[in-house]
This record gives sequence, structure tokens and C-alpha cells, in this order.
Amino acid sequence: MKEFLDMGGYAVFVWPAFLITALVLGANVVAARRREAAVLADLRRRRAADRSRS
Amino acid sequence: MWTWLHRLASPPHFYRAAGQLTPWFGWSAGILIALGLYGGLVWAPPDNEMGDGFRIIYVHVPSAWMSLCTYTIMAVSAAIGLIWRIKLAHAVAASTAVPGASFTFLALVTGSIWGKPMWGTWWVWDARLTSELVLLFLFLGYLALRAAFDDTDRADRASAVLAIVGVINVPVIHYSVQWWATLHQGPTVTRLAAPAIDTRMLLPLLAMALGFTLYFAALLMLRVRAEVLERERRSRWVQELADGSMA
Repeated sequence: MKEFLDMGGYAVFVWPAFLITALVLGANVVAARRREAAVLADLRRRRAADRSRS
Repeated sequence: MWTWLHRLASPPHFYRAAGQLTPWFGWSAGILIALGLYGGLVWAPPDNEMGDGFRIIYVHVPSAWMSLCTYTIMAVSAAIGLIWRIKLAHAVAASTAVPGASFTFLALVTGSIWGKPMWGTWWVWDARLTSELVLLFLFLGYLALRAAFDDTDRADRASAVLAIVGVINVPVIHYSVQWWATLHQGPTVTRLAAPAIDTRMLLPLLAMALGFTLYFAALLMLRVRAEVLERERRSRWVQELADGSMA
């Protein structure tokens, strides 16, 4: 296991590269999900406002 | 078949189809990336020159391939939107920009991290690296241009022109290592001869490439759905959707 984490001495290069990839790809998914939820929430809010006004 | 395509260009149909496809893309992406990670980090033998350091290839190359792939998709859908005036095509183009910029950023950063131990430098202004950096600027420019317009139609048309004009950079990036003397190595996979790489190293790379592609497909479905909802918010089907999800 220690050898695996050490990556033949290149650990300081290999793991940050994989880490930043995971972070950026993960953030994209979170952002996309949030965006759809936000659009729907905003829509529902407007509908409710329209209804209470009329 | 044309009816099917025609229906797909209709926002509510696309919205529903995208929602159904997303989990398929997502799960298969997850499986392929998991396999690729195991193959690349554990199974593939260490490199002759760089030992285990070469394993950065398993995130660097898929990111770079995806950066080119997504820009091309962005340019093609922008062109379709411009020529045939299909709103959904503009929605796809707009949805591709942030993922595309992300892949380009990752290609540059992971490449830079790899460059330090391999070449002794974080950066060099050779043809491959410079043209990839230009690609990042194109993505960011596309996003900035969209943001500059209040009117969605104007934003669509202006950014479409930028996307289409910039597509010339894609073949430049791809052939840069053949047309110029670069520090970046030449083509080992995408060439007419057999790949110049050990099969045990190649297979995880292909798994990661396919995994990233399916990941992008899932991500695109998510983003286009949000984009379509936003654009069609005044339409009846969206209003009903918003009402329905309250119940």
C-alpha cells in the first residue's frame, strides 16, 4: 500500500493531478444539479407570486 | 427517422429524453472510470523512463481529448443553431462551454504537473501547449460574450460566430505535434499506424477516455435540461412541470 501511495517517488505529482481532476469533474456535476434545482425553485416562486397577486 | 430527430428538437421531448438517458450515461461512466483507474494506477506496468510518474496520462490525455471533442460539439451545435435556427442547438452549445473549459483547464494543469518531472519545466510555449491555452481562452471568451448580452437570441448568435470561427484551433492543436517541432511528444494513439504504446498501458487509457465521454454526455443532459427550462420558462409545459413538482 505504501508503495502504491508513493508512486515510485512521483507521488507529489501524480496524486495532485488525480485529485484536481476529481474535484473539477465533481464540481461540474454539483453545479449542473444546482442549476436545474435553482431554475425550478425560481419558477415555482414566480408562479406562487402570480397566484397570490391575482 | 426524421420524425424522431424532429421530435428531439422539441424542447419538452428533449427534456424528457435527456432525463431518461442521464442515469445510463452516468452509471456507465462511473463503471468505466473505476475500471480505468484500477487499470491505470495498479494494473498497467511502470514506464521505462518515468516509472509510476507516467500514470498522470490517465487523467491528462482523456481531459485533452475531451477538450477537443467538446469544443467541436460546441461549434457544430452553434452552427446548426445559426443555420437552421433550432433553439435547442443553441442551448446545447451554451451547455457545452463550462464542461469544455473545465476539460481544457484540466488538460493544461495535469500536463503542467507532468511536465515538471518529465521535462524539468511547468510550462513551455510550444505549439501544442500554446494552442491548448488558446482553446481555454476561446471557451472563456464564449462565456464572457454570452454574459454580455441580455437578449438570449443575440447572445446565441454572437457566441455562435465565435465558436465557429474558433474551431480552426482544433485541428491546429491536434496536428501541432506533427507540423511543428514541439517539446510535447508526438502522436502515439491517434495515428494511422498501430499505437506506439504497450497494450496494458493503452487499455486503461481507452477505458478512461470512454468513461470521460460518457461522463460528459451525462453532464450535458443535466445542463441542457436546466438551460431548456430557463429558456422555455414562459411556455405551458414548463409551467405545468413547475406546478406538478410542487404537488
